[in-house]
Amino acid sequence: MKFGIIVFPGSNCDQDCLYVLRDVLKQSAVRLWHQSTDLHGCEAVVLPGGFSYGDYLRTGAIARLSPVMDAVSAFAKDGGLVLGICNGFQILLETGLLPGVMSRNTSLRFICRFVNLRVERTDTPFTNRCVEGQILRLPIAHNEGNYTVDEQTLKSIQANRPVDSSQASEASRGTRSGFRPTGKARGTSQVVFRYCDAQGQLTDAANPNGSIDAIAGLCNPAGNVLGLMPHPERSAEPALGSSDGRLIFESMIQSLTHA
Amino acid sequence: MKAKVIITLKPGLLDAQGKTIKGALESLGFRGVGEVRMGKYIEIELANGRAAATKRLIEQMCQKLLANPVVEQYRIELD
Repeated sequence: MKFGIIVFPGSNCDQDCLYVLRDVLKQSAVRLWHQSTDLHGCEAVVLPGGFSYGDYLRTGAIARLSPVMDAVSAFAKDGGLVLGICNGFQILLETGLLPGVMSRNTSLRFICRFVNLRVERTDTPFTNRCVEGQILRLPIAHNEGNYTVDEQTLKSIQANRPVDSSQASEASRGTRSGFRPTGKARGTSQVVFRYCDAQGQLTDAANPNGSIDAIAGLCNPAGNVLGLMPHPERSAEPALGSSDGRLIFESMIQSLTHA
Repeated sequence: MKAKVIITLKPGLLDAQGKTIKGALESLGFRGVGEVRMGKYIEIELANGRAAATKRLIEQMCQKLLANPVVEQYRIELD
């Protein structure tokens, strides 16, 4: 699989993404400078973390004007897989490929630590290697990760979510559904990851930044664009304290292989 | 002509910075401090033109770039 990792001025996780994809997962991966106007035949795109344009004005607000973002938007609208990590997620929000905005963490502190994430959906191309309700341990490192959205949009994001997610996860444990590229995700919640405690419960203490509805990661209605604040590329090998992040990249590889 | 744009969070949204500033002011002994809202201030130099047209132009700038309408509101002043 050929992955394209977009590099903006101020990106700083591009090398980590490249390392995980190329050296750990043995995929073909290239870095694409933000001035590029095409994606050079890449089959999946990663917007890495960092501080594009120094976070000036608002996080991601300037990066979304980069020439490459027109190509990324067209690719996303065509069903291509786009993964935005941390600042990459913020850029996707400013671009409008995902709804909402990131506000300052309620603590006003830059938070850099491991968090627990509950996998809310396994029918996306980014989570098909996970089990619903599975708890992933991934690190966050951000100052603006407090997901904020207006009430009406929140409702549409949450539409038809399971009433009792613990029951839903019991029922589907052990199943691994692949990506359905026809946009079957419609009618399901767009929330893919929520901050939780070690037991999978959503508590205020487990929500590191004040995100509404504990949202840590969400996808577009078609399911081919995912943004998440935690860093899967920083948790893809046991030496780093967790290799749970691999599941996200492996899911993408699986869905591309079976597409 | 100079345009001044003041951007603040919409009412009702938690302004964590404003809240912290309020707490800091109170800890310094300032009394009677109500809600504090923190915002951004941008000055834009422009070629002279009709005020109404300039204001429309600045509004477009606010909507397209300067403010995020999901959480922010803006006010424009022309000098």
